[in-house]
Amino acid sequence: MIEPLSLAADPVFGLPLAELWFGLLFFILGTFLFLDGFDFGVGALFATREDDAEREQLIAAIGPFWDGNEVWLVVFGGALFAAFPSVYAALFSRHYLLMFAILGALILRGLAPEMYEQRHDETWQRWWGRSFVAGSLAAPFLLGVFVANWVLGASGTLTIPGIVVGLAVVALTVVDGAAFLRLKTRGDLRADLRRDSLYALAGYLLLVVAALGTIYATVPAVRTALLSPVALALVGLTLVLAAVYALATVRDRYYVAFAAAAGMVFALVAVVARLTYPYVDRAAGTTVSEAIVSTLPLNLMSVGAAVLLPLIFVYFAVLYSTFSGEIEPEESY
Amino acid sequence: MFDPVIASRLQFALTTIVHIIFPVMSMGLAPFLVYFTWKEIRSGEPIYEQLRRFWTKIFAISFVVGTVTGIVLEFEFGTNFAAFSTVAGELFGGPLALEGMMAFMLEATFLGVFVFGRDRVGDKLYFVSAVAVGLGTWLSAVWILIANSWMQTPQGFELVEKGGREIVTLTDPMAAYLNPRFPYMFVHMQNAAVLSVALFMAGLGAYFVFRHHVWEYPIENVDFWETTLKIALIALVITAPLQAIHGDLYARHVYETQPQKFAAMEAVWETDSYVPEYIVAFPTSLADLADPKAKEIFGIGIPGGASWLASGGDPQATIVGLNEYGEAPPVAIVFWSFRLMVALGFWFILLGFWGVYRWWRGELLEDDLLHKSLMLSTLLGIVAVELGWIVTEVGRQPWVIQGVLKTTDGVSPGLTGAEATTTLLGFALVYLGLLALYTYVVVRIIRGGPPTGEELRVVEREGPSAEGVAGDD
Repeated sequence: MIEPLSLAADPVFGLPLAELWFGLLFFILGTFLFLDGFDFGVGALFATREDDAEREQLIAAIGPFWDGNEVWLVVFGGALFAAFPSVYAALFSRHYLLMFAILGALILRGLAPEMYEQRHDETWQRWWGRSFVAGSLAAPFLLGVFVANWVLGASGTLTIPGIVVGLAVVALTVVDGAAFLRLKTRGDLRADLRRDSLYALAGYLLLVVAALGTIYATVPAVRTALLSPVALALVGLTLVLAAVYALATVRDRYYVAFAAAAGMVFALVAVVARLTYPYVDRAAGTTVSEAIVSTLPLNLMSVGAAVLLPLIFVYFAVLYSTFSGEIEPEESY
Repeated sequence: MFDPVIASRLQFALTTIVHIIFPVMSMGLAPFLVYFTWKEIRSGEPIYEQLRRFWTKIFAISFVVGTVTGIVLEFEFGTNFAAFSTVAGELFGGPLALEGMMAFMLEATFLGVFVFGRDRVGDKLYFVSAVAVGLGTWLSAVWILIANSWMQTPQGFELVEKGGREIVTLTDPMAAYLNPRFPYMFVHMQNAAVLSVALFMAGLGAYFVFRHHVWEYPIENVDFWETTLKIALIALVITAPLQAIHGDLYARHVYETQPQKFAAMEAVWETDSYVPEYIVAFPTSLADLADPKAKEIFGIGIPGGASWLASGGDPQATIVGLNEYGEAPPVAIVFWSFRLMVALGFWFILLGFWGVYRWWRGELLEDDLLHKSLMLSTLLGIVAVELGWIVTEVGRQPWVIQGVLKTTDGVSPGLTGAEATTTLLGFALVYLGLLALYTYVVVRIIRGGPPTGEELRVVEREGPSAEGVAGDD
């Protein structure tokens, strides 16, 4: 039995819990962007496929995974609410219309592939296919806009840096999705995806440069953080990972390319975290230590997360190992 | 253009009223699916594979729609009720985060295995995935209802000044999370979910049995539907009486903890003792309907019934009238919703015993009136759940946290009427479409019926130890 009183006084094990939760929050965001990112990427690549059997394979590839992947966003919302309640309230209400646009895109993305599989007539599948693509492009774009606005402290809905970051996130999800699909498919489709992977990577690198330039030019408040050794090292890491991704893609090392894509996602999210710190809500001028929830609930949440996160990794290990390897053609629903 | 407070409240009401349908389906189906999977693995009989596969399809689509509509609710606390989230976040955010980590993760990952993995995993892991999905749906309810019940009977906290505002600060987590309302709410909700799904299954079963035997429309899988009907009747005859017995305890608890809500449920305006319980109430005029008053309403009342219900056996007990409180909730909504819910509850008990009696007499397939009644009641369980939540949530007004924070003070301060109205109208459109699509898909699944013949996995088994069965060779 845990004594509530002892938990109310000091952080458990004397850990810097406010910073840890700040880090955890971005780790959860990164995991979401990596996992649901490949679902979004598959949705975007869906637009490039005309053949029915190939389209079925794309949907089958993400079928068992996407719902679990999306739960990382739910956990992100919950963790932000639990650890930084006032930031959760201020941030979500400040970006009111943007939040609902994100939710709308996620609803469309979640529903469309389920609907696509329901009927096999042409008009039905054409429209649900288009909805799938639209939702899969809009969701990461709007999430990118939201994260940029959050980090840079913008209060408008559509800002120039927000749009550039949004586009970069879309490109990154395609990089991620193409690498995932190369693991899951065979034959011509797999060969074609090599080209898609490389185009998406080139697009992502260009957009990252554009985003960094735009942010440097338009948001003086983050210039110092942008030129900090950590941020520069992460940008360098992204370039190395991009080279690994390109090489692995050309040489058909599917797992290496997928891992490099994951690395790029986490590098981007780490840059974002670095630009934010020590604030957790730059627009309101709220720092991590000001916004952190009081000690008792913080300790309880920390114990909960320490127990549950390893379990969650076990669940995902079971799920991904059950459906590892290429999809069998007859498995397409 | 709506006022941001009204628009936010309407939007939250709309999004929860639509969302709750899907968790009711998934939480209610969970125990049935665990049972079907168990029987399928143990007995190897094709009927259980049919049951498992057919109802899993309905579960899966309910889960998907439940996920996308559920995220909306989590975000709305921040977007529309930022003041509430700031005041109560310390107590309210934790359960939501734990729901995501403990329940939703379990559910969503094992759902992939449960829906797509029958031929990829052995029997044991497959059964584990069924249990994990079921457990996940129920754990989800634990955390969500902890959050909600705390708002009804808040305790375990202090109000502390922070940044020029009184903030709820957690002092005793056990007292806060295991607040007095939580066990009542959890039992009532989970039993209601199983009851609602039992009615849904019984209604469908009755429809196909009726079509086959009465309209003589030969139904290929009539055995499947007969079994569905029987399993549903067993669940119904257990859950329906339990719901009424438990509901009685719940009402007494509401009287003790939220007397104002209880007075609204009974439309008692003036403090009185020996208050009758109107079993049947008829609005004799539009005024009665819009503004019911216990003293004036025309109906059949049990003398002292409401007092008896409130006090646990004393017909003389006093009920404090709504006039004693500053602000009353919208009484008409609460009064009529409560009555309708209770009436439905008794109707479900009648249906359960009626069906089981006919079955016992060997006349289950011959009672056409029973079949028609069951068909008409297919969706009434869900209707009763909606009515119950309306009583709970409208009945606590004007409070969002009973006695601590008023709903009007919980809305986001910066929100404009234009923004709130835009999203309200957007949701009205999108959710109407969503409901139509969900209905369309469920009807298609029902029309398609269970998998049969060659679609089924091979049923021959080499021995009791055989792991899984050869799938598609």
